[in-house]
Amino acid sequence: MKLGEIKKILNAVVLSKNGDMELEIGRAYCADLMSDVLAFSITNSLLITGLTNSQVIRTADMADMNAIVFVQGKRPDLETISLAEEKNIPLLVTDFSMFGTCGRLFEKGLQGRSNRDK
Amino acid sequence: MKLQELVNSLSLEVKTPGMDLNREVTGGYASDLLSDVIGNAKEGSVWITLQVHLNIVAVASLKGLSGIVLVNNRMPDDDTLKKASEENIPVMTSPLAAFELIGRLYTLGLRCR
Amino acid sequence: MNKTAEGVFFLTGKDFAKAGVASSNLKAILESMGVPPDIIRRAAIAAFEAEVNVIIYAVAGMMHYSITQEMIKIIVQDMGPGIPDIALAMTEGYSTAPDYIREMGFGSGMGLPNIKKSTDKLTVNSVVGEGTTLEFIINLNKTA
Repeated sequence: MKLGEIKKILNAVVLSKNGDMELEIGRAYCADLMSDVLAFSITNSLLITGLTNSQVIRTADMADMNAIVFVQGKRPDLETISLAEEKNIPLLVTDFSMFGTCGRLFEKGLQGRSNRDK
Repeated sequence: MKLQELVNSLSLEVKTPGMDLNREVTGGYASDLLSDVIGNAKEGSVWITLQVHLNIVAVASLKGLSGIVLVNNRMPDDDTLKKASEENIPVMTSPLAAFELIGRLYTLGLRCR
Repeated sequence: MNKTAEGVFFLTGKDFAKAGVASSNLKAILESMGVPPDIIRRAAIAAFEAEVNVIIYAVAGMMHYSITQEMIKIIVQDMGPGIPDIALAMTEGYSTAPDYIREMGFGSGMGLPNIKKSTDKLTVNSVVGEGTTLEFIINLNKTA
């Protein structure tokens, strides 16, 4: 699924300058605990979270995740946005809750990590 | 929708035996941040989280949530289960990641903003 | 890859804004040396978890790395409270982190298990009241 389609489904706003909407997103992982993201996430995927601190960007960077959606209308500060731009990770924000965000994306066919689960 | 139906449809493992699951689930809420759940979860919702420690029960009880589902096969602490029994909050587990579990709950018709 | 590198990063306790900077720099070094991406990812995840632990729990610490043909070796040493029961600390989900740390997205008791999972060898040495030293190795000469 293209990032642009995700943006449309979630009625999301792009926060970072480097928002390549043609970016292909294979899977999604949602969590607010970054250690779980590091342990269970999959590469080249979308991170859905309600946390907005710079650790989220660091986590996505370390885990080679492609893009981040912040839920519940939560916006990170400018420093965090510029860190994401530096790491070339597009940031989106949606007013939907984590539940509503995941539900809508799942309904449209975005997959989680299951098939690749060990 | 009754909690028992969700347990059956999604093969959730119930960790709090002997609790009445014939209770109404009016929506879903997903978060691993207790403050977020306290601030935003709606009464009657089932809560999807990775957090396993004692405080989740107090939060669920405070907000009148219908139950807690732990994802990624996270196992609740013994203290958590003891407290859950006292507070009459069903705790269930699933091997699915939160994204898929939420997706399936959404497919069954549960909603949240 | 036929280069080697060695260096050290200094870590400051409670400086949450900087958490991840050292690991990020290490990742960039590994990338510049042409280390395979899956190996880099494992090293970056282990280093990041170790770095966050120092920032959460310790007053200060350092991360030393050495990269050779054979392996990536990372030593993270801190001046912190120490770990009374290492076996317990290695259990997934066990954490002594206060709520404000959990609200920042850390302290879910996955840090040390994650480091173990991401590396080929992990050694933990800790003295209560003095500090903790983690040493972990990722082999480069065989595929992950």
